[in-house]
Amino acid sequence: MNVWRLARLVARKDLQIEWNSRVLLNQVLPFAGVTMVIFAFALDSDAVLERVAPGLVWLATMFSMLVLVQRTFAVETDDGALDALRVAGTDARAIFLGKAMSLGAQLLVLEAVLLLAAVVLYRQTVPVGGAVLLVTTSISATCGLAAVGTLYGGLAAGFRGRETLLPLLTLPAVAPVLIGATRAVEAALGTAGAVVSDGWPWVGLLVVFAVAFGVGGSLAFGPLIDE
Amino acid sequence: MTTTEPTPQREKSRPSSGTGTRGTRILGISTIVAMVWLVAFGLGFSPADRDQDEAVRILYVHVPTIWVAYISFVVTAVASGIYLFSKRKSLGWDRLAGASAEIGTVFVAVTLVVGALWGRLTWGVFWQWDARLTTTALLFVTYIGYLAVRRLDGTHEQRARRSAVIGLLAVLEIPLVHWSVRLWRSLHQEATVLDTDGNTDMDGLMLFSLFVGVIAFTLLYLWLVLHRTRTMAMADILEDRGLDQALADRRAESDEFDRRAGTAEGGAG
Repeated sequence: MNVWRLARLVARKDLQIEWNSRVLLNQVLPFAGVTMVIFAFALDSDAVLERVAPGLVWLATMFSMLVLVQRTFAVETDDGALDALRVAGTDARAIFLGKAMSLGAQLLVLEAVLLLAAVVLYRQTVPVGGAVLLVTTSISATCGLAAVGTLYGGLAAGFRGRETLLPLLTLPAVAPVLIGATRAVEAALGTAGAVVSDGWPWVGLLVVFAVAFGVGGSLAFGPLIDE
Repeated sequence: MTTTEPTPQREKSRPSSGTGTRGTRILGISTIVAMVWLVAFGLGFSPADRDQDEAVRILYVHVPTIWVAYISFVVTAVASGIYLFSKRKSLGWDRLAGASAEIGTVFVAVTLVVGALWGRLTWGVFWQWDARLTTTALLFVTYIGYLAVRRLDGTHEQRARRSAVIGLLAVLEIPLVHWSVRLWRSLHQEATVLDTDGNTDMDGLMLFSLFVGVIAFTLLYLWLVLHRTRTMAMADILEDRGLDQALADRRAESDEFDRRAGTAEGGAG
């Protein structure tokens, strides 16, 4: 079986588990929503919130992603399922790509909900001209986040102290995504007078990041989980 | 467990119980001499700067420490690569990578602290969100993460493979971080020691003091790496021996138990 077909199967399995357990819907999305509300408490000014809304959307995405990554590997390590997958001869690259795809799909849902929350809570408007940039930014940023999350999630899975190790490894690595995606979304939403054309160079950064960690991750994942 | 720790007598009888050798002693003395030389030039002979005044003296530590930190992270990446791709997975390379990363992290911390002090004196603030500072701060956090990965449970081989992969991923991560932060903002003055034409724009004595600093901190780095690599090797040996000893103890216990059970049965029969 080729790698992509296996990857699709792994992704489908993960999404099926998610669909049955509804952790994203019942826990992660409410957590993300609470984050958006407490940002408003901390910043306490409509003008400031309007200015920083794109950054807050991505911050909330990253914090929620940490929860999602832990969840996606908890289902693998609880019953030694990851070992079983490896013993069954599943290619490590397929596991990596499959888990990244399912994580990416969940992240896209999360981002859509957070953008909606920003429209409602932080008074953002999406101009028609910025919609294409917004969607492209979300997809390219999600690919990068999913690759990094899966890579370090796999490393931290199954060890004591993984809950604390995951953010330490992940957040510095995804700093470029936070910077790039925030600037691009600012351009798409026209925050502080930004124009749509300002956003595209940032999408370039996001794509390079996604490709680098996608390729690097699929190569590194095998040695990381082979124990 | 008392059995895992070498007794004082054994410590004395084994010549390799310390991490110093003739070579490292010579290196250590050279480091001290170079440091004294740096203090003399950095605090004494070199003049105060026209714009930065006495604060310029901080740079004789700030610049060499980040220089050495970069070298140490390159050593970590190269040693990680050699470990991962060589056929003979020698743990020596893993220890060199770990030791170098530890020392590099300490040096980056020194760079950041003295840099903040220098910034307060010349810019009026401890921190500027410019590209080079921000990248350096993220570099620091990245290698703290690398060191945390080294401390995860597992065998020496697991530690080596895992940390080698993380060591190489850091090489992928740092340029991306640097590029993004640079796009984000850049206020830091361009490098003054070496511009693209190779022209230097510094007072001769100041440049010499900086040069002395680079030598002194490079020697310090080498001395520390040698000792740290050796301490790590000893820690690994001690851990292995501790495990073997514990296994032997448990086996002896169970043998004893069987023997007793045997005699009890014999007595009953």
